Order: sequence, then C-alpha cells, then structure tokens
Amino acid sequence: MGSYIPNSKAEQERMLDFLGLASLDDLYDEIPDKVKLKDGLNIPEGKSELEVRRRMETLAGKNTVFHTIFRGAGAYRHYIPAIVKAVASKEKFITAYTPYQPEISQGVLQSIFEFQTMICELTGMDVANASVYDGATACAEAISMCVDRKRDVVYVSATVHPDYLRTVKTYCYAAGRKLVVVPEKDGVTDIAFLKENLDEKSAAFLMQQPNFYGIIEDAETYFGVAREAGAKSIMCINPFYGAIGRTPRECGADIAVGEGQPLGISLGFGGPYLGFMACVQEMTRKLPGRIVGQTTDLEGKRAFVLTLQAREQHIRREKASSNICSNQGLCALTAACYMSTMGPSGIKEVANQCLSKAHYAAKLISSVPGYELVFDAEFFHEFVTKCPVSVNKLMAKLERQGILGGYPLGGPYEGCILWCFTEMNTKEEIDQLVAILKEGIQE
Amino acid sequence: MKVDKDIKYSKTHEWVKFLDDTTALIGLTDYAQEQLGDLVFINMPAEGDEVSCDTPFGDIESVKAVSDINSPVDGIVAEVNEEIAENPENINSDPYGSWIIKVSNITEICDLMDADSYERFCQEEA
Repeated sequence: MGSYIPNSKAEQERMLDFLGLASLDDLYDEIPDKVKLKDGLNIPEGKSELEVRRRMETLAGKNTVFHTIFRGAGAYRHYIPAIVKAVASKEKFITAYTPYQPEISQGVLQSIFEFQTMICELTGMDVANASVYDGATACAEAISMCVDRKRDVVYVSATVHPDYLRTVKTYCYAAGRKLVVVPEKDGVTDIAFLKENLDEKSAAFLMQQPNFYGIIEDAETYFGVAREAGAKSIMCINPFYGAIGRTPRECGADIAVGEGQPLGISLGFGGPYLGFMACVQEMTRKLPGRIVGQTTDLEGKRAFVLTLQAREQHIRREKASSNICSNQGLCALTAACYMSTMGPSGIKEVANQCLSKAHYAAKLISSVPGYELVFDAEFFHEFVTKCPVSVNKLMAKLERQGILGGYPLGGPYEGCILWCFTEMNTKEEIDQLVAILKEGIQE
Repeated sequence: MKVDKDIKYSKTHEWVKFLDDTTALIGLTDYAQEQLGDLVFINMPAEGDEVSCDTPFGDIESVKAVSDINSPVDGIVAEVNEEIAENPENINSDPYGSWIIKVSNITEICDLMDADSYERFCQEEA
C-alpha cells in the first residue's frame, strides 16, 4: 500500500525548488534539533494490498454474524436498500468533513436540509436540527433546551432506555441540575408520581415512545400534566413508530428526539449512530447544533445556509447551553437517502410489518409454557416475556443456530427477555424460534 | 450617534429613564443598536423577575451576534415590552423610544453616566 500518495518525487523537487529549499527536512528548520525524531518511526514496513486484504479479512472473520436477529433494545436491524449505501458512499460525501465554510458546500447543506424536513414530517414538529451523535445525546440536549434559572429540575421516566438515562444523568450532574427519575409501574411511567411532583421548579419531562420495554405509553396524558405545571414535554420516539402512531406533536410534545439508526444505518457494533432533534417553533432558538435554512441567492435561486449561527457555541461560548457545533453528517445523509428511497408509504409499510410480525411472534411465543408476556399493554415491535429456563443457556442454544435471541433484561426484570421483530424477520424464522423454545434446553 | 439628554446611560450601553424614584424604563442605546446591526430576536425576562446591577436579564440577537442586556439597576421587572419582543427591529429605528423592560421597586442604581459623559465614553471606546 502507499502507492497512491499523489505527489511524486519530481513534484516534490519542484515544490522545494519554488520554496528555495534543498530538502524536505529544511521545512522543519524551526523545530529544535533535540525534539526531532532521529531514527524514524518504529513502525513495520508497509504491506501489499493483498496482504492487507488478507489481514483485514481474518480480523473480520472473527465477528459472529447472525443470520437471524430477534434483538433490538435501542439498535434495530432493518433492510437497507442498495441505493442508500451507493449514494452515501460516494466519495464526495464519505470523505468530506463538516464544511467549515458551509455555504460553499451547497450539496451537503441541501442533504441536511432534506434530512431536517423529513424529520419534521415524521415527528410533526416545526424545526429540526442537522442531528447530534445519537439518541442518548439528543435526549440530554433536549433537556438542556428546557432548563432556565427558575426551572432546573428535570424528570425522566424510568422506562427510557437505560443508556439514555445514564447519558442524561451525566449531563445533569455536570450542569448541576436536579434529575428525578419517575418510577415505572407495570412497565409504564407512574402517572401518579408525575401529578404529585411536577411543580413550578420543573423544567421538563422526558419519556420514550415506545418505551424501553416496547410499550406504547399514554404520552398525551403525561404531557397534559407537564403542561399544567408549566414544564416542557420531550418525547424520544422510534422514527418508525412515528410513521404509524400518534406523532410527538399530536401528543403535545414541545421537543421530539430519537435514535435515527433505524433509518438506513447499519447496526455496526453500536455506532456511529444518529440523534435527531426537532421542536416547536417557539423553541427554535434553543435548538442546539447546526440548522440549515433555505433562502435565495443574489440571482434569486434556491440556496441553503447555516442559520441561527449567532447562537452557536463557538460564537457565544460562555453562554452556550450546548457544546454541539457539528453534526453526524454522513449518518444524517444516509438517513435522508433512506427516507427518500422509502418514501412515506415505504416507511409506513416497514412500520406495519414490524408491528404485525411482532404481534404474530408475541402470540406464538407467549403460548409456549413459561414464556408469558410480562406486561398486559399495547406494544410496537418489542415486548417482554418471562423465560422458564436460564436466559444465558437459551441464548447460547440460539446462538449455535445462528440466531441472536432477545435482550436479557436485568434489574427488576432479571430473567426476562426483551424480544424485537422487524420486517427482516420472516414467518419461517419466527416459527423456527418458537420450535426451539418449545424444545427447551438441557439444564 | 444620537443621545437623549434626559436619560442615563450604562457602560454596557443600556439607557435608563426614571419615571419616579423607584421605577424606570430600560432600553438599548443608539450606539449599541448601531454596533449590533439588524436586530432579529430578543430574549426577555418574565414579569416579577428580579434584576440586579450589571447582571444580564436577557439577550438580544442580531444578524451578527447574540449579546447580553445588563440591568443598570436592582429591582423587579414590572412589565416587558411585548411590542419590542415581537418587533426587535424597532430598536434599530427608534432606540430611545423602544423600552425593553420596566423595572419597579428599584433599590440600587449602578454607576450611570449622563448624555455628555456617555458620548465621550463611546468615542473613547470606538
């Protein structure tokens, strides 16, 4: 490798000549001799392309690749149309870093603008930003949007993804905010606790839809309680659920956030993922990170700009309520490609397939003795069952057949399994799973 | 640069117009609006908020930057000018006619300048 460095000996000579230098080392004249490396770098010789490929393929071969996956818990396997990867891997997109002179990169800005527009359509919100790192960051940033001098206590439901909750805790700890975890009751947010505790010090209430256990919560009622107390409502939503369920806007949320990975981004061992954020018009100026706006140029043609830059943290650092100044560019572009490839009807169809496959699976799995549903509640594409045998042994057995089983829960639901079904799972796969569950395991 | 002879000025370019001993209107000076450029958004305090000397009570956004608006007095916000919240550009066209907040129960007044000293102050700063 290394034969692709695009400046030849002759070109180097020419450049040195132009600069009036005798050798490349002369470029480093200003650096004191004693800090210069004398013996070169202690790294092995370069390898040929064939050798590199062999090495990488050996490493990749160590991965366990499951042909069947029944696990979600925050990362969801969906079909990614070939065109999505083809477009997103075009070198002008894949090699570009966030544009420092953004308006010169109209193509990148347009892709972000389209992404924002589609996120607004999915969530029913007025304004979306160019994205943040992931769903967890989006939750934490949304909370930062709501806190002010008078209202600095934030409420997060215990049914939010535990990783998101941890990220929110870290943010709150660092910002000196009080965080109250609203307890869970029968798999959903304890509404009585909300009613009793929200007051004039409450800044925001954050819930997840569907929640970590896959359950569709009564967001509207919670948000009504929050509104009465003058607190902002934040919904962390699965984008596919947004396509068929009530949108965050319809439920009365002020801010909608979520993990954008399901929208065409590979599971990829947990990253890079994509946090999306959208809000109602009145909160636009609190929205962190980049926001692309549409305008017209001097000739009256459609053009894109970064807007509300005056509030970005690199300009108003000491007053910034967020330190996000960039965005998850390539992932946002990928999601934009995915959404435009699928279209509203395609996204709805995926959502409906997830919904019906999960319900088919729930019916069958829960009919196997010992695998009863833990919650009697509406769910989207995930649900929790009991497990009559050792969860670890069951997972090992499934693994031997190339199947990644559901997510083994901990805490109050130790010994239970969170299953997930998407359009990727066929009826045959589900039936096979049920047959394996029926077989039981040798304890 | 315009100044109004009947009002007082702060070093951070706010003006104060006393209605009586403990009540005053607060706005941004002509110099401030000129430096900031076209104003597009103003972040207001709420009625009943306490304000205190040299402490920001809100901020104002122009096409160029976001800047704090400091209070030149200690007191309580009695009223915010909704018309300015809706149309911050009015500060550009008529800075001394566009009060931002009305403060009552004033207990302390910061180090303020009269029109002549403020004019000199701005010239030195420029």
